[in-house]
Amino acid sequence: MFKKLAIGAAFALALAPASTFAAGGGEQHIEDFAFSFEGPFGTWDQHQLQRGLQVYTEVCAACHGLQYVPLRDLEALGYSEEQVITYAADNFEVFDPELDDFRPAIPTDHFPVNDGVGAPDLSLMAKARAGFHGPYGLGINQLVKGMGGAEYIASLLDGYTGEEKTEAGATLYENTAFPGGWISMAPPLSDDQVEFADGHPATVEAMSEDVSAFLMWAAEPKMMDRKNAGFVGVLFLTVLSVLLYLVNKRLWAPVKGKEH
Amino acid sequence: MSGIPHDHYEPKTDGEKWLNSRLPIVGLLYDTLMIPTPKNLNWWWIWGIVLAFCLALQIVTGIVLVMHYTPNEHLAFASIEHIMRNVNGGYMLRYLHMNGASLFFVAVYIHMFRGLYYGSYKAPREITWIIGMLIYLMMMGTAFMGYVLPWGQMSFWGATVITGLFGAIPFVGGAIETWLLGGPAVSNATLNRFFSLHYLLPFVIAALVIVHIWAFHTTGNNNPTGVEVRRGSKAEAEKDTLPFWPYFVIKDLFALAVILVVFWAVVGFMPNYLGHPDNYIEANPLVTPAHIVPEWYFLPFYAILRAFTGEVWVVQIASFVTGGIIDAKFFGVLAMFGAILAMALAPWLDTSTVRSGKYRPMFKWWFYLLIIDFFALMWLGAMPAEEPYATFSLIASAYWFAYFFVILPILGVIEKPLAQPETIEEDFNAHYGKADAEATPAE
Repeated sequence: MFKKLAIGAAFALALAPASTFAAGGGEQHIEDFAFSFEGPFGTWDQHQLQRGLQVYTEVCAACHGLQYVPLRDLEALGYSEEQVITYAADNFEVFDPELDDFRPAIPTDHFPVNDGVGAPDLSLMAKARAGFHGPYGLGINQLVKGMGGAEYIASLLDGYTGEEKTEAGATLYENTAFPGGWISMAPPLSDDQVEFADGHPATVEAMSEDVSAFLMWAAEPKMMDRKNAGFVGVLFLTVLSVLLYLVNKRLWAPVKGKEH
Repeated sequence: MSGIPHDHYEPKTDGEKWLNSRLPIVGLLYDTLMIPTPKNLNWWWIWGIVLAFCLALQIVTGIVLVMHYTPNEHLAFASIEHIMRNVNGGYMLRYLHMNGASLFFVAVYIHMFRGLYYGSYKAPREITWIIGMLIYLMMMGTAFMGYVLPWGQMSFWGATVITGLFGAIPFVGGAIETWLLGGPAVSNATLNRFFSLHYLLPFVIAALVIVHIWAFHTTGNNNPTGVEVRRGSKAEAEKDTLPFWPYFVIKDLFALAVILVVFWAVVGFMPNYLGHPDNYIEANPLVTPAHIVPEWYFLPFYAILRAFTGEVWVVQIASFVTGGIIDAKFFGVLAMFGAILAMALAPWLDTSTVRSGKYRPMFKWWFYLLIIDFFALMWLGAMPAEEPYATFSLIASAYWFAYFFVILPILGVIEKPLAQPETIEEDFNAHYGKADAEATPAE
């Protein structure tokens, strides 16, 4: 009795939630997008990450920075060294204290800080937000569906209702994903705003998903390495467990008066 | 030594004799490793080794993390990202350290509740229990300060709330809070002293762990029956015990490996599940998060802290009697620390002469209720401070205190315990279906 109860309790404890993120908005709606990187077996969709980078560069970068992401890391999206050099030089300028002036970015630079209009940095946005942490604050949803940071971003970009209001001189836009329902960011995306090289349709929903996947990569670039380490470790420890089980069984057999 | 009689180390070669007459360290290690251990220990007794592993894991990963971390209010957050993105294997080091804290607390809670069920805290093991409670307190301090180091929003605001608790102490609270923070608010000075102490305390814990082990090696382990090992002679003791090496070392390592499979899966596949998303936003003194929630392992005591508001009659009486010195906030702080103190006092509050809960038919149910109460408090600690959670928190907190201060003392008097086995050998043989009590020699 004690055993069963406590084993169940131990598991519940191990999985107990720490956060109650979704407790705020109430009517907040986070769509459950199916991203390729979800779950232990999920991997990046490189084409999607490249499209996401394009959306970020052409749209988001106007107001948002990515200060913790080094440009050199873009090679992980399938670009060659030359492509990254060209991309950095064509798109960004950074301040160089040695020159005391701005110069075109090189791969060893980070994406520049951009706090001109007070928009938050997006480097870690996909980890700093989460999906529904319920029901009843138990976090079971996140256990099954993942933390939901990318889902939150995609839902937000795709969640404008078209309503707007003016409050204290600022225009607010109604958004079904934003806590409280009203956000100060104007709807950033419109259909066919960017033209994808792979001919992928550029609807608001498709672009929202692509840029969210890119931001997940930006927040956790080592995700695939981490999952690999997870698999190797779990496999190794499982084999070790089996071996130790057999050693233990054999060791104790004479003491317990069992055949061996 | 008044311990269980067993073979001691005898130096054989000249070299061993030379060393042993100068420093008997081999003998000390031998006696520690070969300590006679009750052979009927069940799987609840494996958490000690998990805890030892956690301490080692946290110290090793922590020392490497420090090589890349910068304790400065402008650089700390960025240095964590440097670890996550640029340091070789840095993401694993950090996620192991982060989730290692959670495994540490899972293990310590099971270890403590095992002690509470099987009466491991009772004479003659009170010192072991008290040292254990000190280790637990140090762990909480270390974990709290460690959580501040990434300098995210929850780090900053968690530090503000928790150090604010000390501000509730009458008369001197404000001065103590300023002294702890190194200034009027959480700042660079706070970050630096927390970093220093976060590095120091694990080594204090390691020292206390040695004292903890020393204490229970003197009294001998408790066991599921709570019946003492026979100590009349070595032959008698050997019927009840087996040497720690290899029997329990291998058993514990097997259990540890199984637990690590789960732990590694969490680290590899869902490392942020037990954390809070807000801690990936850099600390900002001007923006308060919507909900400031502590890490899961503090939630039960956080719930007790919040349960005692100004509307509760106990609080109002305390306030009236003390002329307002004990206000609602200070009462909450006292309740929180009192809840931990109550556990520490268990050896003197429990009046039953029977150790193990196995033979205490009434105690069992109150104990199960305490486990449920613990999880209820954990859940309530994560809920917003509003109805109906406030009332639930109050009821759950009341049960926590009632268990230690009312139920444990009374049960010992009114309860009729079941028959206990005469010896550990009898219990062990009954479990493995050996009719005759003849001791089978290990090959």
